[in-house]
Amino acid sequence: MPSVATLAPSTAANPGDSKLLNVNDNIARFSAPSRPRSPPAEHTLFHPKTRAFVYGMQTKAVQGMLDFDYINKRSTPSVAAIIYPFGGQFVSKMYWGTSETLLPVYQSTEKAFAKHPEVDTVVNFASSRSVYSSTLELMEFPQVRCIAIIAEGVPERRAREILHIAKKKGVTIIGPATVGGIKPGCFKIGNTGGMMDNIVASKLYRKGSVGYVSKSGGMSNELNNIVSQTTNGVYEGVAIGGDRYPGTTFIDHMLRYQADPECKILLLLGEVGGVEEYRVIDAVKEGLITKPIVAWAIGTCADVFKTEVQFGHAGSLANSKMETAKSKNEAMRNAGFHVPETFEKLPEMLAEVYQKLVADGTIVPEKEPAPPKIPMDYSWAQELGLIRKPAAFISTISDDRGQELLYAGMPISEVFAEDIGIGGVMSLLWFRRRLPPYASKFLEMVLMLTADHGPAVSGAMNTIITTRAGKDLISSLVAGLLTIGERFGGALDGAAAEFTNAIDKGLSPREFVDSMRKQNKLIPGIGHKVKSRNNPDQRVELVKDFVRRNFPSCKMLDYAIAVETVTTSKKDNLILNVDGCVAVCFVDLMRNCGAFSAEEAEEYLKMGVLNGLFVLGRSIGLIAHHLDQKRLRTGLYRHPWDDISYMGFGTEGVAPGGANRAMVDVGK
Amino acid sequence: MSAKSVLEADGKAILNYHLTRSPVIKKSTLPPPPHNSPPKLASLYFPEDVAPESVLDAAETTYPWLLAPGAKFVAKPDQLIKRRGKSGLLALNKTWEEAKQWVLERAGKPVKVETVTGTLRQFLVEPFVPHKQEEEYYVNIHSLREGDYILFTHEGGVDVGDVDAKAKKILIPVDLKEYPSNEEIAATLLPDVPKFVHNVLVDFINRLYAVYVDCQFTYLEINPLVVVPNADATSASVHFLDLAAKIDQTAEFECGAKWAIARGPAALGLSTAGSGGKVDIDAGPPLEFPAPFGRELSKEEAYIAALDAKTGASLKLTVLNADGRIWTLVAGGGASVVYADAIAAAGFGEELANYGEYSGAPTETQTYHYARTVIDLLLRAPAREEGKVLFIGGGIANFTNVASTFKGVIRALREVAPQLVDHKTKIWVRRAGPNYQEGLKNIKAAGDELKLDIKVYGPEMGVAEIVPVALLGAETKVKEYGEA
Repeated sequence: MPSVATLAPSTAANPGDSKLLNVNDNIARFSAPSRPRSPPAEHTLFHPKTRAFVYGMQTKAVQGMLDFDYINKRSTPSVAAIIYPFGGQFVSKMYWGTSETLLPVYQSTEKAFAKHPEVDTVVNFASSRSVYSSTLELMEFPQVRCIAIIAEGVPERRAREILHIAKKKGVTIIGPATVGGIKPGCFKIGNTGGMMDNIVASKLYRKGSVGYVSKSGGMSNELNNIVSQTTNGVYEGVAIGGDRYPGTTFIDHMLRYQADPECKILLLLGEVGGVEEYRVIDAVKEGLITKPIVAWAIGTCADVFKTEVQFGHAGSLANSKMETAKSKNEAMRNAGFHVPETFEKLPEMLAEVYQKLVADGTIVPEKEPAPPKIPMDYSWAQELGLIRKPAAFISTISDDRGQELLYAGMPISEVFAEDIGIGGVMSLLWFRRRLPPYASKFLEMVLMLTADHGPAVSGAMNTIITTRAGKDLISSLVAGLLTIGERFGGALDGAAAEFTNAIDKGLSPREFVDSMRKQNKLIPGIGHKVKSRNNPDQRVELVKDFVRRNFPSCKMLDYAIAVETVTTSKKDNLILNVDGCVAVCFVDLMRNCGAFSAEEAEEYLKMGVLNGLFVLGRSIGLIAHHLDQKRLRTGLYRHPWDDISYMGFGTEGVAPGGANRAMVDVGK
Repeated sequence: MSAKSVLEADGKAILNYHLTRSPVIKKSTLPPPPHNSPPKLASLYFPEDVAPESVLDAAETTYPWLLAPGAKFVAKPDQLIKRRGKSGLLALNKTWEEAKQWVLERAGKPVKVETVTGTLRQFLVEPFVPHKQEEEYYVNIHSLREGDYILFTHEGGVDVGDVDAKAKKILIPVDLKEYPSNEEIAATLLPDVPKFVHNVLVDFINRLYAVYVDCQFTYLEINPLVVVPNADATSASVHFLDLAAKIDQTAEFECGAKWAIARGPAALGLSTAGSGGKVDIDAGPPLEFPAPFGRELSKEEAYIAALDAKTGASLKLTVLNADGRIWTLVAGGGASVVYADAIAAAGFGEELANYGEYSGAPTETQTYHYARTVIDLLLRAPAREEGKVLFIGGGIANFTNVASTFKGVIRALREVAPQLVDHKTKIWVRRAGPNYQEGLKNIKAAGDELKLDIKVYGPEMGVAEIVPVALLGAETKVKEYGEA
């Protein structure tokens, strides 16, 4: 019996997602099942105590296997551990019914087998490239009796080598290119049988009397359905895979079913291509198989086609008349198999054979147990739209879940097809809308104008010093960015706020200048160190020109220029500087481009979008300074003492913490 | 992906390059020979929109040996055609001028070989090897479950006859440690061959088999294999004149580089100038697997094949009869065959327009492109008085999310719904598997909204049971999905 810690049910959404354990987790722990008293019979591949490894991090398939075990009332999970060579994870959390269990994850095959001597089966999910080497490695361990190979596209030569080595070692290979197989009450390989609802619908939670072998995995699920509807259910089913050289073929499993007294009806779904069906015919003729066989080979249509068609399976191409589905069906019929006229008639024929066996007492149908219930996975229930829960985060600007990345609903391919530029991308992501082309262009202009302002400004200085201290790009960039605030780079926000405030209050430009002076405040966005009215700043001219030509209205700009007229009359260099110009033009844009309501425009300005423009633009320059310093291989910067006025320490150096420490005279 | 035929030129190039390089399984009869000089293989492709004369002119620049004075050549189409000699598709012992003329008469023209008609576009011109009839041998290697058979007969050539009956055979077991000794090979395969060529032939067979293994062939036939003795009849030289081969496409990740280097310009003795600057991942072009003769891929088939190559899912499309009125859009390698079977069994094999399947959990977009291609082809087929039929079928999926793939199908239906109505298309849906409830509900709703003639069934209906119901009006007790 598993020892179940009786704690509150967990809220973890997805098994395997989380490596972290929570005290509240409801974890069931299992010891290895007791060994069966006698080794399983030769013909028994899977039994209720079968333990397996899953090779590859296939948590969904593993969960499916555990769910199957649970509804089949196995006392221990069939999966003992996961082998994952690229691991790093030590356990994987899985559900066992409504509680949870931890599956060990091993990087090394050797360790896995050493820890789990009871394991004799491996479900190998390795890719077609690596499945050969991993299967060979697995077969080195004498405890392995059965390996299922899921990968499609295994080279024929490699598949053949695998099957020959397996034969020598007595290992049963199922696959490659298969979904696996299923034995109700015992074991389910990987994804066989589909989701739990289908397992329940096809009554795969309790054993029946029909053993089937099919090539196709998809069709094996169809057989599960047919068998459950026409008989007392599946005893065991194997899909051998559609490749040319499956590890085991029809005859291998047919002989097992023949030897197993609980299996009463054999069902064979063959296919055009290959000659493996004939080996079953031979076995019947030789008297090795005596149980009734219902059989059909698909691909009868090939005879109607004018040219050869390679069907979906690699092995399904007839190389001779004998390999055609028609010949196979005839040969099987002649050998006494129950072969219907078409596949569609197969259920009828199966029902007939079954009823006969019930009538003569060979099969005694058991009482139908109540179909088990299995809790549905959260993620699956969500996909089905059965449940909902409030989300912890909301995002409205981009979506990476679909086939294509969306920026505010615009697919990334369209972003490039329409060549909307970085300004267009900014308008999508910042404002969730397309702005007119001139607006995007204006945003780009701002970025270009604010990109750098030389190495001497404090932001660039901090970046340079940080770079020279040997720090990485991000640290250096951030050192510069953190300098941005009210004084450095903040003029944009300030200018926008003051000018907007003034115009909205209805102050005339002269009244505005006067009121600022009365408050002893500098007007942000006005004044330049060297440029003057007669020596205008080219950057400002560029912006003014662009805005005048393109904006529907530039009321703010006109107002700011009127303010400039007032200020320059006092002093020639009190011109509208680039910060002020960009700021007022940006307000013009927000208010007049038609894409924003008045409230929205206000809101965005309050959120600090102008500052955002400066930060984004200036990052270009700061990164440039970092790269520049790295390129120059400049060393650690130390500011010269003589450039620092050490006051109040006397002339000679005083040890820190000395008596007359921090005697700065602030009285003056 | 499976074992597929390759061009004769490619097969010969691979053989020529690797014959001296692939490691022999056991010590051979002769010391390792020097590497072969580049093979003289003029592989000529005649596209539809280029004048054949200009292809031949270009060939003279690419393969200067064609202009060697007095040289004699063999010309033949290289399009996986069997028994070319018997169909008059083999020109022997021709001067370049004659060979050119012979090719010009055939390039771009349709020709019927046995039952199949196809257009000749790919030719191979090689130097002619003069030899006597009795020097023509036959060798064949093919793979079976128990191992590889080598077949050999001393009576090769065009009239080789029933090889199975007369050839000597030896089985090479899968475990190559059990590879037969040189004496065994000689004794088993070469009893009818003059003793003095045994060493040469055994060495050739050893090396041929080494290439077969090393480059993952699954079939290789050389007929004739010409063994020309030297003047004093002590040894001989071996020439493989005509070759047919299949190579395992799935082994690309192991052998791709080997297939490529043998066919690169260096190995073929071509100048690399004018290669267009395209960068291949290996030292030569990737190996091509041409469609069978007379079954050149249509644009749509090639598109789906390209889509298929880019994904782990499986997307297959073969157009059987472009004018047919019954089209299939079926999920699953097995289920798709069952559908084709059912349509043929109902007596509509002639009307079945395509074979195809999608499986292995393709994405919504992949399924959309696949569905759109099939439906476009359906709409291109001439409208019929009796209307058309589209089966959107499939088994009970194991792990493919039906709702998700059906979203792609619905998108395709939505785009061409009015045309489907114009063509009087009856749509029959049957599918199950993960989330099929949602998928069926959606496709039914979309069909009703788009005024399509659509019937939708779930797992209660047998996988291809809708076929007789749709085509023959057979009765069914199963109700449509969602009906009480």
